[in-house]
Amino acid sequence: MGQISFKSVGKTYAGGVTAVSDVTLDVAEGEFIVLVGPSGCGKSTLLRMVAGLEEITDGEIDIAGRVVNRLDPADRDIAMVFQNYALYPHMTVKENMAYGLKNRRTPKAEIEARVAEAARMLELQPYLDRKPRALSGGQRQRVAMGRAIVRQPAAFLFDEPLSNLDAKLRVSMRMEIRKLQRRIGTTSLYVTHDQLEAMTLADRLVVLNGGKVEQIGKPLEVYHRPASTFVASFIGSPAMNLLDARVEGGQVWLGGAAMGPAGRAEGPVTLGIRAEDLRPAPASQGVALKVEHVEELGSGRVVHGHVDGQALAVSMAPGLPIGDVLHVGAAPEALHLFDTTTGRRIETRTRAAELVL
Amino acid sequence: MMQRLKPFDHLILILGALFLCMPVVMAFASSTHTAIDIHSNGLYVTPGSNGAETYTKVLTQRGGFTGEVTGLTMLMNSMILGVGFAVGKIVLSMMAAYALVYFRFRFATPIFWVIFTTLLLPLEVRIMPSYQVMSELKLLNTYQGLIVPLLASATGTFFFRQFFKSVPDELLEAARIDGAGPVKFFIDILVPLSRTMMAAIFIIMFIYGWNQYLWPMLMTTDESFFTLMRGIKTILQVWVGSQIPDYNEAFALAVLAMVPPLVVVLVFQRMFIKGLTESDK
Amino acid sequence: MARLRGFWEGSSRNPAKRVQFDRPLTPWLFVLPQLLIVAIFFYWPSVQAVTSSFYLEDPFGFGSTFVGMDNYTDAISSREYRRIAGFTAFFAVMVTALSLSIGLLLAVKADKVIRGASAYKTALIAVYAIAPPVSGLIGMMFFDMHMGPFTEMAAWFGYEMKVGINYNDTAFALILVAVWKQIPYNFIFFLSGLQSVPVSVREAALIDARSGWRRFKDIVLPLLAPTAFFLLIINITYSLFDTFAIIDVMVKDKPANNPMTLVYKVYLDGFKGNDIGGSSAQSVILMVVVAALTVAQFRFLERRVHYG
Repeated sequence: MGQISFKSVGKTYAGGVTAVSDVTLDVAEGEFIVLVGPSGCGKSTLLRMVAGLEEITDGEIDIAGRVVNRLDPADRDIAMVFQNYALYPHMTVKENMAYGLKNRRTPKAEIEARVAEAARMLELQPYLDRKPRALSGGQRQRVAMGRAIVRQPAAFLFDEPLSNLDAKLRVSMRMEIRKLQRRIGTTSLYVTHDQLEAMTLADRLVVLNGGKVEQIGKPLEVYHRPASTFVASFIGSPAMNLLDARVEGGQVWLGGAAMGPAGRAEGPVTLGIRAEDLRPAPASQGVALKVEHVEELGSGRVVHGHVDGQALAVSMAPGLPIGDVLHVGAAPEALHLFDTTTGRRIETRTRAAELVL
Repeated sequence: MMQRLKPFDHLILILGALFLCMPVVMAFASSTHTAIDIHSNGLYVTPGSNGAETYTKVLTQRGGFTGEVTGLTMLMNSMILGVGFAVGKIVLSMMAAYALVYFRFRFATPIFWVIFTTLLLPLEVRIMPSYQVMSELKLLNTYQGLIVPLLASATGTFFFRQFFKSVPDELLEAARIDGAGPVKFFIDILVPLSRTMMAAIFIIMFIYGWNQYLWPMLMTTDESFFTLMRGIKTILQVWVGSQIPDYNEAFALAVLAMVPPLVVVLVFQRMFIKGLTESDK
Repeated sequence: MARLRGFWEGSSRNPAKRVQFDRPLTPWLFVLPQLLIVAIFFYWPSVQAVTSSFYLEDPFGFGSTFVGMDNYTDAISSREYRRIAGFTAFFAVMVTALSLSIGLLLAVKADKVIRGASAYKTALIAVYAIAPPVSGLIGMMFFDMHMGPFTEMAAWFGYEMKVGINYNDTAFALILVAVWKQIPYNFIFFLSGLQSVPVSVREAALIDARSGWRRFKDIVLPLLAPTAFFLLIINITYSLFDTFAIIDVMVKDKPANNPMTLVYKVYLDGFKGNDIGGSSAQSVILMVVVAALTVAQFRFLERRVHYG
């Protein structure tokens, strides 16, 4: 009922600027999809195209079995939560939630029941007769959610709904949104620029860059097997180390040290290693890191330095002694190779192993 | 915010306030003295005892050529002009601004310019032909004739256009998803949202309408349509030639003419300034 | 004109809202009442003014003759007309300059004080409500030759002030009253402009510049520029047109040798002199002047004003 499918969807403005191009994606009923990317990557535009707030210039979007390209936002059976909440300032919380139902001529008793139910779920009962301006940011956010819930739509669309909240509230609202969505089971599209938010919320991530899909996958899949240098540097914190390296004789070479096997690649490559995958190694096996700066995080520390003139960060357990030079190495499966020109991932052993399996 | 207080600042403000307010105070005080006292002693700063008599006379005595018009009638007419003009202005300009801001509309730009041009030329420069048009339309000596031509300017439209542009885009988007069409959005969301603006524009336009002078002077020859401003003109016409002019009555008429707008501005001061400030974005 | 267009963002290439309604008929429904009124009561008379400026109308209403540009050449070559144009310009400059600068001064001071701020504000705003003819009437009384306080004040200095008879005295009185009436308007706008300067900007200025004058000149004034620009146009329009009533009342409906503005002359020739063609020609000249002034102001100021 609540599936959404994108078929080569694109958006080109009248002036010739392309905001989104060739997005193909099938969202299953009840799935929580997060569109993530830096600002200007087209994620909001894509969401607004689903909502009917932006025209779809290429391809088709299909919601619950209907092509919606030509439908009015009101007829698409979706509800949206905006970054600035977009609550009607002159209406009470109750009126805000009921407005969409009233316009759809829902019977009064049912409106009452749905609003009451949403208010109960969101713990908004004490505030039903207040105006939005008398509410805190978190409460306003809940009202915006409530307005979406009462509609019982085929899909929820979230446009950076937590960006206006402070960091602490953002974390707790994040969990609440996820719990609520699981409970109601409504298909959701969620836009954010915050990769942590994306990782923690999503069933599947869609990473966008420059209007194009870089990668679609489950959060851990994307984390462990980024499809491009862009994804590698965007997802995860600290960002994945990306270094110029060479492949010779089946081995990846960095700063004069062999880091591990390289599969079929040859010549110059971009080597990606996450900071937490690097471990201290014996001087004979690891690469020498000239230590410059140590960030203490309490639970651990991040060591910053240079290898062969290139910046490298290493996560380490607290308490380990650190000298001026640190030898580090990584397990072969923790090495990610990318094409130096296209930035696309070069499959190495892992892919081969999978094929065998 | 920390700033040092200087007595000099207060001095300037006090001088400014005196310069602006003293004439008003003296006009009121003098209106409560007799014409003879004013003639021999000059203007007064403190109220006298003749106020009740003067004001009763000005409000109820029939004057003018036909003996039909009283101060009360003129007060009524001024009120009709002020309120009618303000309401008309708000309705027309909100609707026009709504069309210009919220619609993808091929002729939005030319229409914008057609309306914008009216800002360039005030009524006064086309007063003669306007008068002729009104007489051709047989609208002389009518309330419509008094009010409607004054509405042919873009001021209100610009206030509302600016205001509508400052309304967050997301409100329209949310309303569209909530199933509101253009008329519903206008009535359910935009009009209630503009209440403060409407009140502010009402105040400004009421004063503007109330204070009209030249147009009512030309449009009304029938004394039953005279406004207070027109009454001032009548006073002046009998002024020259009298031994001791009725200073007190002239002042009383001035006070009557300035009290309603003054009260409106002072009572709704906050809203009035807020409205102006918000429209000035 | 292209730049003007950018200023008002009236262009459809740059729509006012991200999302707009897309209906062919509804916007017409909303805009039609205003368009109709503008067409009937603005464009029709304006066109009539232009047409009748080319005709000489018989004073008794027995038809009219086409005279081409005669009405224009008559007006422009008349010495009286030029004298009045000169006074109008002088009057506009004086009124605009004085009421703007006094309004700004009072606003800056009112913005600074904390104690009594609202009392000052109320006192300084009140006069906004007063109609030009009423302020003309009050002004007339203050300059009355028998008991006007200003006339008496002048007498202390041995000067016999004859407002309504002496050209210069009347000009002085007219300017004073016109300025008095307009100060509150400028004050309101300058004050709200000042108060919309964010506290953080003011605090940054306080740290960066020691002298109060420098802070005002370098930081506050540029931020006030849009307000000042808007007020400049409004004030010039005010002094040209809205002062009609002040003049009419203060000269007691007897212009005689008194100073008057061009608008007053249009009225005088049209209604009192029954010279409809001549009056229309003057109207058209005024229209051109006003329109040109507005456009020129836009162009000139646009480059120097920071639109926030």
